[in-house]
Amino acid sequence: MSKKIYKETLDHVTIRFAGDSGDGMQLSGGRFTQTSAVVGNDLSTLPDFPAEIRAPAGSLAGVSSFQIHFSSHEIHTPGENPDVLVAMNPAALKVHLKELKPGGTLIINKNAFTAKNLSLAGYETDPSEDGSLLDYYSCHFIEMSKLVTEACSDLELSPKIVDRTKNLCALGVLFWMYDRPLEPTVDWLNKKFKSKPEIIEANVRALNSGYNYGETAEIFTTKYVVEKAQLPKGKYRNMNGTLASCLGLLTASQKSGLPMTFAGYPITPASNLLHTLSNWKSFGIKTYQAEDEIAGIGAALGASYGGALGVTASSGPGIALKTEFLGLAVMTELPLVIINVQRGGPSTGLPTKTEQSDLLQAMYGRNGEAPIPVLSATTPGDCYFAAYEACRVAVKYMTPVILLTDGYLVNGSEPWLIPNPDDLPEFKTSFAKESSNGEKFKPFQRDENTLARPWAIPGTKGLEHRIGGLEKENISGNVSYDSDNHELMIDLRAKKIQKITNEIPETKIFGEEKGDLLILSWGSTHGACRSATETLLEKNAKVGHASIRWINPLPSDLGGIISNYKKVLIPEVNSGQLRKIIRSEYLVDAIGLNQMKGKPIGASSIVKKAEELMNE
Amino acid sequence: MSENIMLKKSDFESDQAVRWCPGCGDYAILAQTQKIFPEITTEKEKVVFISGIGCSSRFPYYMNTYGFHTIHGRAPTIASGLKITNPDLSVWLVTGDGDGFSIGGNHMIHLLRRNINLNVMLFNNRIYGLTKGQYSPTSEQGKITYSTPMGSLDYPFNPSKLALGAEASFVAKTIDRELIHLQNMIKRASEHQGTSFIEIYQNCNIFNDGAFSELTDKTTKSDRVLSVEHGKPMIFGADSNKGIMLDGTTPRVVEIGKEFSLNDILIHDEGDRFIGDMLSNFTSSDTFPEPIGVLYCKERPTYDDLMVAQMGQAKHQSEKSLSDLLNAGDTWEVE
Ligand SMILES: Cc1ncc(C[n+]2csc(CCOP(=O)(O)OP(=O)(O)O)c2C)c(N)n1
Ligand code: SF4
Ligand SMILES: [Mg+2]
Repeated sequence: MSKKIYKETLDHVTIRFAGDSGDGMQLSGGRFTQTSAVVGNDLSTLPDFPAEIRAPAGSLAGVSSFQIHFSSHEIHTPGENPDVLVAMNPAALKVHLKELKPGGTLIINKNAFTAKNLSLAGYETDPSEDGSLLDYYSCHFIEMSKLVTEACSDLELSPKIVDRTKNLCALGVLFWMYDRPLEPTVDWLNKKFKSKPEIIEANVRALNSGYNYGETAEIFTTKYVVEKAQLPKGKYRNMNGTLASCLGLLTASQKSGLPMTFAGYPITPASNLLHTLSNWKSFGIKTYQAEDEIAGIGAALGASYGGALGVTASSGPGIALKTEFLGLAVMTELPLVIINVQRGGPSTGLPTKTEQSDLLQAMYGRNGEAPIPVLSATTPGDCYFAAYEACRVAVKYMTPVILLTDGYLVNGSEPWLIPNPDDLPEFKTSFAKESSNGEKFKPFQRDENTLARPWAIPGTKGLEHRIGGLEKENISGNVSYDSDNHELMIDLRAKKIQKITNEIPETKIFGEEKGDLLILSWGSTHGACRSATETLLEKNAKVGHASIRWINPLPSDLGGIISNYKKVLIPEVNSGQLRKIIRSEYLVDAIGLNQMKGKPIGASSIVKKAEELMNE
Repeated sequence: MSENIMLKKSDFESDQAVRWCPGCGDYAILAQTQKIFPEITTEKEKVVFISGIGCSSRFPYYMNTYGFHTIHGRAPTIASGLKITNPDLSVWLVTGDGDGFSIGGNHMIHLLRRNINLNVMLFNNRIYGLTKGQYSPTSEQGKITYSTPMGSLDYPFNPSKLALGAEASFVAKTIDRELIHLQNMIKRASEHQGTSFIEIYQNCNIFNDGAFSELTDKTTKSDRVLSVEHGKPMIFGADSNKGIMLDGTTPRVVEIGKEFSLNDILIHDEGDRFIGDMLSNFTSSDTFPEPIGVLYCKERPTYDDLMVAQMGQAKHQSEKSLSDLLNAGDTWEVE
């Protein structure tokens, strides 16, 4: 009995996998991502974890999700409202249904709709039975637990373990729907569970059970094809922001020949940087789990003082703790990289959700006149280049540098054209040496071009000198309370940071170079702004998009660019922090689009806001 | 110039004017440090003094070595990062009772437990000197200061005891006025592999004058101070006629010559943690003399050595290159 299967080609699709934390949704999402990458789609992902590690099973608080947007053309965001929602239990349905597109596809694990789970999710009647969903969505109620139990009936595995494979069943259904190969997942399972053949077998059977269900079930009539995307030529891999950040740091260490010491204290969502780098000791990277975030930055600064690249990373509350040390790093003019993986604040805030709300803290959050270069990454893969640049500038200008990433960037992923480190800007370093003419060493004698002071590391003969947080006399570096000298030093430190504009390439404009509206973004809002601009340009709007990497200093061409447009719109996942800076810097009436919902801004709301502004 | 030429005291004196109050105990500590350092090293470029904030923490400015005057309480963090980055350096940490045990208490205990191979000199004057005389966590209860006009309410702790509790591998005590003893303790600390902790009683003649006078006055000190040495009996007193005896596990002060002889007196063993703990308990007691000397010393692998070993092991186990990491995982070509 064979059924007729239609094939329909789609341009792009957004799927959201949602289930209980224990349901393995991140795994299903991750595998779908990998497979889509390998078949050549462009894609962007957004995992979303609950803050509680062990929220009660079946509860609303315990829902975990993973969204993937994949496409046959270049895309820049993980998508907004999904076309497909996989809900592994009633709680997942409750939390995510409102975002499913009207008429979207709903795939439900029917077996999880038990009386207990329904009541935990707050359903009075069973939505998988009462018909309430049928009018609005294309629904597939699949008995996934039953399917996997049957598929594994002759394996000697506990029912609990078998039930755990239902995420692969769901994956199998989607692989069928979107016409994707199973092999990459089977290969992956073989590697992952090398020593447990029976687990491999159960998972493979579960995967097939889902795929075969699609093949045979009457209600599945259409397979959707999303063709390969036209991406720039080259070798690709899928890349998330954590790994990209770490690879950027490693590349900086390797290219400069500087050893790296990374010191940090565990905190979501920055911990994975410490975890990843801890595996790279063979590259000479030393990692140090400090007793707190203050000790993390202190040890990193101590490392830099000793001639290594000192790096620390943290988030929210941890960054707050590091503040005093930032001032010391500014004062002693030592290289240091601080990565702030921003999360929802204030205080403990929303640990697992993304936000861009630490920009002003990075810019100004210190006592005294303490300018620090601040840069940001735009996409998960871009964290690589941003981290490299942070290191390079820190050393070249002998300054702490703050790199702002965020929860969305580090956990999100995208296809990544594997870079060749040789193509990155040169990264030279040199340490001060004893002068040959017997002159006394001057620790604050600056380089004419960069205004950087010499890096004189302990162990070097003849350069014994003292540094510290007290104001120092220009050139000699001796402690000085002289008022004119103090003002001079403030000025020199500020000028040095301004010199970094020389490192900033010309700002690229996407779209119209002059016109009605400039959409200006920093950090991870980049993707949504780019998508929105594409949409607006298709409608013949006179808009351009500029994404800035550096916020301190700002690119020197930005003022001119702004003046080429009638209006400036700055979408941010904060209450308007870059907007404040742009307004005060360029005296323009920049307008904000500000959303703080723990997730990236959607392109559609930017389009809407832009059209409003242009129609005013 | 030969590599191993012996340096002089003056080689360790910087050109900066020393700015402590006249009569401050810090002067003596600085002078003894500069005096003994030629015996500790011939490579002063490898010596780094790192301090926090306080009168005592000005110390690095006066040593003609590398020096880093950091922020309040955080010197252990910088020193740790520096030492693990370059284990070849001789790192010295100078701190005060407020710096090291109030604001920086957390870092201090973790430094000690990690046993990073560096040296801590705690200048304990039982007061906040630099901020002009507030009580500190080592001030005695009831202390009248600007911030406690009716007397402080909080109970002090005892840094050496705390250091032992934090698993310090070397704990010594000395006094600013005991010049030779002070030099010896610095030397001993330099020889110890692991975190060496020296608590130095230091007189702040402006805000807490006489805090240790019983231990330094000629008339009282011999009865009040017990100088311990490894392998030697614990005797003290003007006539060397008092000693410490163990009654089961309870220490007692006894007089030698009548009921007890020298043979009954406890012999100091630096490697015995029980003795170290016992001695650290003598501080500020009415019954027992104040112990000075190396209370406890027992080496165990240092954090920095273990890290070097682990790094070596990692190098041995993996020959991956940067390019391998960049190209790892599933990759695909776009034509
Ligand atoms: C973060 C911070 N808080 C407070 C101070 C002010 N402060 C400087 S030194 C000090 C106490 C110093 O006492 P101690 O460590 O015992 O050193 P002493 O001056 O007695 O040698 C305080 C509170 C500071 N510099 N930094
Ligand atoms: S205030 Fe006390 S500790 Fe500070 S320099 Fe003066 S005497 Fe010394
Ligand atoms: Mg003090």
